[in-house]
Amino acid sequence: MPVLELDNVTAAYGKAEVLHGIGLKVEPGGAVGILGANGAGKTTTLRAVSGMVKTGGQVTFNGRKITGLRPDQVAGLGISHVPQGRGTLARLSVRDNLLVGAYRRKDSRGVAVDLEHYFELFPQLAARRNNLAAALSGGEQQLLAIGRAFMSKPELMLLDEPSLGLAPSTAQGVYEAIAELRRHSGLSMVVVEQNAALAFSIVEEAIVLETGHVALAGTRDELMGMDAIREAYLGG
Amino acid sequence: MDSIFLQLVVDGLANGAIYAALALAIVLVHRATGMINFAQGAMAVMSTFLAWSMWQVGLPAPVAILVTIVISMVMGAAVERLVIRRFEQGSEHTAVIVTVGLLVLFTGLAGLFWGYTAVEFPSLFPLGTLNIAGAFVSYQSLGNIAVLLLVVLGLQLLFKKTKLGLALRAVADNPESSSLSGIPVGNLLMVGWGLAAALGALAGALIAPKVFLDPHMLDQVLVYALAAAILGGLNSPLGAVVAAMLIGVVENLAGHYITIIGDDLKIAVPLIAMFIILLVRPQGLFGQKEVVRV
Ligand SMILES: Nc1ncnc2c1ncn2[C@@H]1O[C@H](COP(=O)(O)OP(=O)(O)OP(=O)(O)O)[C@@H](O)[C@H]1O
Ligand SMILES: [Mg+2]
Repeated sequence: MPVLELDNVTAAYGKAEVLHGIGLKVEPGGAVGILGANGAGKTTTLRAVSGMVKTGGQVTFNGRKITGLRPDQVAGLGISHVPQGRGTLARLSVRDNLLVGAYRRKDSRGVAVDLEHYFELFPQLAARRNNLAAALSGGEQQLLAIGRAFMSKPELMLLDEPSLGLAPSTAQGVYEAIAELRRHSGLSMVVVEQNAALAFSIVEEAIVLETGHVALAGTRDELMGMDAIREAYLGG
Repeated sequence: MDSIFLQLVVDGLANGAIYAALALAIVLVHRATGMINFAQGAMAVMSTFLAWSMWQVGLPAPVAILVTIVISMVMGAAVERLVIRRFEQGSEHTAVIVTVGLLVLFTGLAGLFWGYTAVEFPSLFPLGTLNIAGAFVSYQSLGNIAVLLLVVLGLQLLFKKTKLGLALRAVADNPESSSLSGIPVGNLLMVGWGLAAALGALAGALIAPKVFLDPHMLDQVLVYALAAAILGGLNSPLGAVVAAMLIGVVENLAGHYITIIGDDLKIAVPLIAMFIILLVRPQGLFGQKEVVRV
């Protein structure tokens, strides 16, 4: 059974429908990319999974229908969403940001262990654990947002353009961090990205959205073999 | 130091304690929901009347006040759930204007049910005064200050040391990210309003014995409390208390020593102080400076 399945999903802001029947499948432990230009509907697709937008069709998580649930209920089931623009809790400390991620967990000892584990992986954040999140650099904030999601011990992570606004080398570092977390935890992922090369450093397959439709879908090799993809998402 | 000066300072601190109690409720709502509730005083007056009615029918005052605090918590949560929540989606200003409407509504309701004649409210503390270095302090003022300090301590512990406090801070900072982390944002806003209303009820019960109880009892206090909350940085319970005490003292001294101010213009003092301090420190005395990097 897939961890996540979207079947003919539509979504609308007010009266304007912006997704017109999206299909997507993520197998346990798998990672799927969502590529597409600005405004194609990538973010909205993730928002439809998290219950942040009016949604039709069907979203199932481990076979259970989750369409219509509130964001906090979806999160409670084990889906962690790192929103576009990071969603850092600016006036909370780095440590508190991570603890907010663990809000639903009852195993306080496990939380403490994971917190230390996270700080071992990211020493530059460990040194600033008591600083306000607002004072971090863009790359550090992205690592913090991912850490917040990681602290909830999710089964599935939704990442929305983790490279947004970062220098190429910083973006590379963020993707290495994501790969590292995935190796450690074996979680499944959906990764939204405009840069196909970065996405394919993690995901094995992807869909390409165009104005609210799935225009293409395939494995890394299939998609990277297409000239159109290379031109549109690899800069020629 | 002459004894008039000392007495003015001591009285100022006692008044400040009163402003502080309501300021704390305002800070609590702001911390939990990021908005200012202008109806905080009117809600507290309703609560105080409720306690007064229970006392009138024979309940001991402390019991009446405790029961009222619990009822007020539920009522505060209900106001958020039934009224404010409908406006939270829109602009922040809409919800704030709605609280101004609630201020008028609750004041009117208090007048409708209990009338506009001032009534006497029982004090939790014994009558009498203590002579401290030549200044007279009533047990009531001392009691108010003591209760207040306990409340501040409790709030600091709540926000800094508990999971509920962490969630309240998270929701105030970024509701969307909080809900993505599994925090039921709506419930926490309700808790914030409930706690604030409980605190408001306590404030009303502390103030009423000093000034008599009528529907407009807290109108002026609300101005001072708002000034104190803003001066203190809006997010800091301790900051609000210090600012409120400061306002109480400065107001008293200015009213006495600067003859042109006198009793009539006293209320302008905290506002002028607020104006000057915010010019120099926009984040308030104790507020954190916003450092936002994109
Ligand atoms: N809050 C909103 N209200 C109304 N329309 C919206 C809203 N958010 C997005 N849209 C519209 O929905 C469509 C899809 O937007 P979406 O944010 O999902 O695109 P995206 O693929 O994530 O783009 P980007 O790469 O720029 O982040 C766009 O046409 C956009 O204008
Ligand atoms: Mg987007």
